[in-house]
Amino acid sequence: MIPPRAALALPAQGPGGGPGGAMAGNLVAFGRILRRAGLPLGPAEILAGAEALRHVEIGERAEVKAALRAVMVHRHEQAELFDSAFDLFWRDPEAGRHAAAMALLEGFKEKAKPPPTSRRLAEAMRGDRRPPERPPEPQEERFDVTMTASERERLQAMDFEAMSAAEIAEAKREIRRLVLPLDARRTRRFRADPAGPATDLRATVRDSLRMGGEIARIARRRRIVRPPPLVVLCDISGSMTRYAQVLLHFLHAVTNDRDRVHAFLFGTRLTNVTRQLRARDAEVAFEMVSHMVPDWSGGTRIGDSLALFNRLWARRVLGQGAVVLLITDGLERDDPHGLSEAMDRLRRSCRRLVWLNPLLRYAGFQPRSGGIRAMLPHVHEFRPVHNLASLRELVASLSGPGRARA
Amino acid sequence: MLPASVEETQRLLAGGGYVADRALATTVHLALRMGRPLFLEGEPGTGKTEIAKVLAAQLPRRLVRLQCYDGMDLASAAYEWDHARQLMAIRLAEAAGDARDRAGLEQGIYDRRYLQPRPLLQALEGEPAVLLIDELDRADEPFEAFLLEILADFQVTIPELGTVRAATPPVVVMTSNRTREVHDAIRRRCLYHWVDYPDAARERAILQVRAPGLPERLSAQVVAFVQRLRGGDTFKPPGVAETIDWAMALQALDSRELEPARVDETLGVLLKYQDDIAKIRGAEAARLVAEARQDAG
Repeated sequence: MIPPRAALALPAQGPGGGPGGAMAGNLVAFGRILRRAGLPLGPAEILAGAEALRHVEIGERAEVKAALRAVMVHRHEQAELFDSAFDLFWRDPEAGRHAAAMALLEGFKEKAKPPPTSRRLAEAMRGDRRPPERPPEPQEERFDVTMTASERERLQAMDFEAMSAAEIAEAKREIRRLVLPLDARRTRRFRADPAGPATDLRATVRDSLRMGGEIARIARRRRIVRPPPLVVLCDISGSMTRYAQVLLHFLHAVTNDRDRVHAFLFGTRLTNVTRQLRARDAEVAFEMVSHMVPDWSGGTRIGDSLALFNRLWARRVLGQGAVVLLITDGLERDDPHGLSEAMDRLRRSCRRLVWLNPLLRYAGFQPRSGGIRAMLPHVHEFRPVHNLASLRELVASLSGPGRARA
Repeated sequence: MLPASVEETQRLLAGGGYVADRALATTVHLALRMGRPLFLEGEPGTGKTEIAKVLAAQLPRRLVRLQCYDGMDLASAAYEWDHARQLMAIRLAEAAGDARDRAGLEQGIYDRRYLQPRPLLQALEGEPAVLLIDELDRADEPFEAFLLEILADFQVTIPELGTVRAATPPVVVMTSNRTREVHDAIRRRCLYHWVDYPDAARERAILQVRAPGLPERLSAQVVAFVQRLRGGDTFKPPGVAETIDWAMALQALDSRELEPARVDETLGVLLKYQDDIAKIRGAEAARLVAEARQDAG
């Protein structure tokens, strides 16, 4: 919250001529507008802004803008919003009062989350009575695109069944059991361990002082092992519709259980939903995800999506030995040549590329589709799931010994 | 002496051979005046590290550089006790028979003499410094948490010795290539600037400084070529560092003008991925050369 102007002890007119009086008032008003437009801004940023303005030429518009941007913007993604707000506000500081200007800025804001239609709350009110049976998978009847890859882009929103409290607990239990290939990665950090393989000289010296300089015990330590970053690329095209529910539960549970997880959804477009899925509350998370993603159950452009991922995200999220989990049925009508190239690049950019294919219903499958044939030579590990109806099966097939294809 | 205005800061950077645009000069100026760390993010090869080097050379201050890597710990970043010498000191104290006094022994062991300063501590002690924390995105989250104390108060707390505070706060420059998102807590303590690829005019100015003696015409064509290449679809677009290298390579080969054959031969200076080179080499390069010649007039 930005406190009202009176509560902020803005520095008075400095020796260099600075933001006292009207300028301070404008700065606070500008801060409020940025905050309303969705920029995370607190009193610290406003105070820093006031200090910054003392060091630049107030008459120089570009300088003022650069100064305020340096203290108020903390990420490259926020720069565009800041620039628009700056241009709007400092052309007319009264702009904040105009409804039209505010409406423009409101457009930048992420959709405010709706009041959670809390199924869990309802459950809690009902007590132990069992909820009525839900009609299974209504989406399936609505679209007949299941199992085919369509080149058309179909934009539609997706309704997700909220998770019940029991389902959430179950999901958490399942995710604990998840063991991915190469999951234990040695770091360069140590922790104390009496049975560790290395000596800890610092602790040994400290201990010995307690004994008057006598070394009675040699402290030992061991390297910390932690899982590598995980990047999940999940196909949400029409042919994958029936698995969307399970997959999204999986993504939410895994994002909240581990650190360093990045989740992307793709159909005809590529969307990074990591931030949305971080919401602890699954209902809130799904609501935000379905707002973000315009291409549920549409066509598939695996090659394009992967190429886009390679170009925009690979260098940002595949550092530190990341494991990539690609969840798709591989049904692609587009040119399989581009797909092959994109897969090759992806494999070279990460430490381990695991392909999980939920389409395969029987074990002795032959890769027929062009897309599957283009992708298969490039994955480190290929894991077909024959029946992906629950998180348990998904976790089991991911944790089992893999079939290497290299 | 710190510069008094943004213009002066811009001149200071230019004096060290760094062509900064107005926004960057303003941010650097504020970092110097407000005593806040500077956090520079951007694609590789856009001159982030160079800013720290130029600042150190121009202010002038000594440059203390900390290259980050995964799993970097206190021992390699801030300080380390010299355990071997400590143990030796304990033995000597025993031999001399004054090991009875435990408080005295403890003080003797945790003495400055046995402390080995690493870059972060070096930057706080002694002559005023420019501290360059390079590629922070390569370090892991625990290290970021440790940095918070240094960035906020310019001090390091050593449990056995006390708090070491900088007499003159160092100028701190942190860089990141965004291979990982750096935590908000770090960002909030810093002045943030996104270092973008320069526009054609500024890139020509950079070439003038960094590759002196380059024929005017060739310089304009090189810049036009690289700018077009960045607009295209490559896995890793070339940075300014690559432009400079390429211009110098062409100069060393006595080129007067861009020619498709020469470009093909030297493409490895500009592009560092085989897919990119294969895509550009040949017809695409010839097309870009023709366009670059037209752009350069």
